[in-house]
Amino acid sequence: MTTADPTRLDADYPLRLENISKHFGGVEAIKRFDLTVRPGEIVALVGDNGAGKSTLVKIISGLFTPTSGTIWLGGRETSFRDASDARRQGVEVVYQDLALVDNQPVYMNMFLGRELVRGPLRTLDKKAMARQTQALVDDLDVRIPSAHATIRDLSGGQRQGIAIARATHWAKGLVLMDEPTAALGVGETAKVEETILRLKERGSAVLIVSHNLDQVFRVADTVTVLRRGTQVATKPLAETDRNELVSMITGLTR
Amino acid sequence: MTDTRIEPTTPHIPAMRRVGAAVNQYFALLALALIFVVMAILLGHKGFLMPQNLLNIVLQTTPITIMAIGAVFVLSTAEIDLSIGAVVALSALVGATYIGRYGLVVGVFAGLATGAAAGLINGLLITKLRLPSFLVTLGMMGLITGLSQWYTNLEAVPVLNRTFNGIFGSGSVFGVSSLIIWTGVAILVAHYVYRHTRTGAHVLAAGDNTRAARVSGIKVDRIRIGVMVLSGVLAALAGLLYTGRLHGASYTLGSTDQLTVIAAAVIGGTRLFGGKGSVVGAFIGSLIFGMLNNGLILAGFTNAQQQIAQGIIIVIAIALTLREARSS
Repeated sequence: MTTADPTRLDADYPLRLENISKHFGGVEAIKRFDLTVRPGEIVALVGDNGAGKSTLVKIISGLFTPTSGTIWLGGRETSFRDASDARRQGVEVVYQDLALVDNQPVYMNMFLGRELVRGPLRTLDKKAMARQTQALVDDLDVRIPSAHATIRDLSGGQRQGIAIARATHWAKGLVLMDEPTAALGVGETAKVEETILRLKERGSAVLIVSHNLDQVFRVADTVTVLRRGTQVATKPLAETDRNELVSMITGLTR
Repeated sequence: MTDTRIEPTTPHIPAMRRVGAAVNQYFALLALALIFVVMAILLGHKGFLMPQNLLNIVLQTTPITIMAIGAVFVLSTAEIDLSIGAVVALSALVGATYIGRYGLVVGVFAGLATGAAAGLINGLLITKLRLPSFLVTLGMMGLITGLSQWYTNLEAVPVLNRTFNGIFGSGSVFGVSSLIIWTGVAILVAHYVYRHTRTGAHVLAAGDNTRAARVSGIKVDRIRIGVMVLSGVLAALAGLLYTGRLHGASYTLGSTDQLTVIAAAVIGGTRLFGGKGSVVGAFIGSLIFGMLNNGLILAGFTNAQQQIAQGIIIVIAIALTLREARSS
């Protein structure tokens, strides 16, 4: 904030939250929350149940409007009218319960709501969609039989891999992941975490909400801790350990 | 036991599913072929195999085919329209009356508008009041049936307009029956929209996973209203086609059609619970019922007996289809 031209600096940040608060009537769900997510950085948001994580996720994905504070996307101050508006502005969300259409092929899911068309009759360009989908899943090393496979025939891990690939493909600013592995088994979780790490290599900015501290240490660069709506700390994971995180989350000293 | 579970990623289950899906895809065609062979053996001597009879089956199935196409779209969004049989009668009566008073164009427009209005009311009740479609359309069925009976006081309305009776009934263009043209155009356009446009993709997504469709920016309610209007308009068109064939309309037209239509769509591979379907399949399903009807008439069944037989066949056919779908 002390630099001569703060806007230029901000342009480097896919997401910056400044002084975000959210009140529900008399209840303060989020108090003065600040966060910066840089390109190629994975930030983990942790906290106990009821700490305010979902409220924050809903603010960033456009479902809630903050009571006060500012949201910056790619260096531009902005606000979201609704979830579609947030999506239009480049925030993509990966949900734990897979927002995929079961009876459609992978490529139609990748382009769900944004299908490619060609010609005067606006015919679906299935070839182009399948080709781009294949390139993307190959790039992220999501192992599926083919872009033409039906979602119903894939495993939970493969499906979440596709949901992440979709978010990556469309996110101009930030990929927001809300407990992306909560519904998965151990082996599938490992596969999805590999995919998340590939996003980092591609320079995407990722904000991940997770209950699983081991996972936080495996994938994230930075962690921010919420306790009863208050931001307790934001630290590089290299400078903290499991015990300290647990005590920050619970409020109990060692 | 579940917390240490590691998901196997073996590919053999999808492979088995593919075999099941292939059987499923051709189920309707196999059933049609089987019924054809049985009819040919049992009723060949009564003229079942005569080209004119086979052509008649396709011609007489036209209204059912047209409505089954509407049912494919409605069922794909995980809704159902039980009011189509009633819409057939009211649209036919309105159309026939207006043709008599104001001529062909106004009459046809009035008939189709009646169906569109019924579909719009259905769609608004389903989306704005969040009511289940089977209840809304069941209520509309009663309401519209009452209107039909009241409108002309149970009297049939003859249509003397020869152009209308040609276009919607016995006419032909370059030797091709107008009913064949209606069927062909409806199937081609509907198949294209269903399989090759964003609209079709959004219809399927809305019924498959409503939440996923919503978060992807698809206007789910607009789609629901749209398919209900389409279903109403196609039922109205079916009503005009009956009117053209019979040279008149009556309140009894289409009264038992809704079950046949839904069964035809389901046998043709359309899921009752949304997300999957086939326009061509619905045509084959319609032909199955057309052929059965034809066979029952040739075999000398009375109208009452035909209805009993058809009811039984619909239940058996749907049971077989759903069993097939579940096992895959």
